[in-house]
Amino acid sequence: MEEKVKFKNIIKTGVFTENPILVSALGLCPLLAVSTRVDNAIGMSFAVFAVLLLSNITISLIRKLVPNEIRIPIFIIVIATFVSCIESLMKAFTPELHESLGIFIPLIVVNCLILGRAEAFASKNKVLPSIIDAVGMSLGFGLVLIVFSLVREIISTQTLTFSNPFNTTQSFTLTLLPELKISLFGQAAGAFFALGVMFAITAAFHNRPKKEKKEVK
Amino acid sequence: MALISLGFGAILVSNVLLSQFLGICSFIGVSTQKKNAIGMSFAVIFVLVLASVVTWCIYHFLLIPLGINYLDQIVSILVIATLVQFVEMFLKKFIPKLYEALGIYLPLITTNCAILGVATTNIQNNYSFIEAVVYAVCIGVGYLLVMFIFSSIREKIEVAPVPKYFKGIPVAFVLAGVMALAFYGFGGIF
Repeated sequence: MEEKVKFKNIIKTGVFTENPILVSALGLCPLLAVSTRVDNAIGMSFAVFAVLLLSNITISLIRKLVPNEIRIPIFIIVIATFVSCIESLMKAFTPELHESLGIFIPLIVVNCLILGRAEAFASKNKVLPSIIDAVGMSLGFGLVLIVFSLVREIISTQTLTFSNPFNTTQSFTLTLLPELKISLFGQAAGAFFALGVMFAITAAFHNRPKKEKKEVK
Repeated sequence: MALISLGFGAILVSNVLLSQFLGICSFIGVSTQKKNAIGMSFAVIFVLVLASVVTWCIYHFLLIPLGINYLDQIVSILVIATLVQFVEMFLKKFIPKLYEALGIYLPLITTNCAILGVATTNIQNNYSFIEAVVYAVCIGVGYLLVMFIFSSIREKIEVAPVPKYFKGIPVAFVLAGVMALAFYGFGGIF
């Protein structure tokens, strides 16, 4: 019972109190770059989840064998290995997604989120909590990424398009905002504006008066 | 001519920070003071060029002949990590003031997406050695240019009456958006 409560806390930490994007501002490069379409955002979230899960498990397993002085290079090699595996798999099974995420799949290696979790959590905890931590952190990352890309795609194209990553001929499109279209949001400048607003909303949420806090919870 | 357009394209049109979104952590993190921003930019240029040269050579003279080019990412990241260690030791010994100012961000160059991003781009686009060097230098110059402008504006915006919740990071992103908009103007040139 006590264990369960702890796991719930780990998830909550990942999604809310230590959200990798909103609170620690980690992993902003992929957030800005792949959020033009929801499809890409979902693909990126799953890629990050897979890498984080595998690297957290591995690092947690080898944490007692690794000498303290050279732990960071070892962690990086572990992460780079899994990223190479995931990239090859994506190239083989979801070529279109691989194409549109482009350079940001290899760059998962240097996503501070993954190395950060390896250093801060997996290298100090057992395997099971590390798995839960990977789930919580990638949930936190994925949710923000998907919401952010939803906003950007709807505003910039008026529509939402989902397609099957394994077979891109299957797709459907929803038209949501027939009157409003700001194509700027699909481009770099719009990404920065949207991110600025998102951080401002987060700041407002964190500094809200104490009274409201109870109601929100 | 092709080299010139590659270079200017890398500096202005597909700027590393404003249109490729590489290295955003350091872009926001060290740009509060002009002095630190410039120091960081030169550290990035130095590591970027060295890393591009070394990874290009290793990829073309070692990995391809051995047929293990799928290991390029692992090799690239190791090269970069080693180089950063070297730059850190160099600065600590010869320019300790700059070393103190850059503080936490120097080891973070290892995880600066710009470095690995450029090394990977060189390999993916099959650049020749000269092209790879020109591309790396120009990406670095683009980084310096944007960092310089951005940190200058941020020093001013410290004292500006910004809405309460936009203070700090949010307004920095809005600012980056305006700058990205300005850099669109270069889009038609090449």
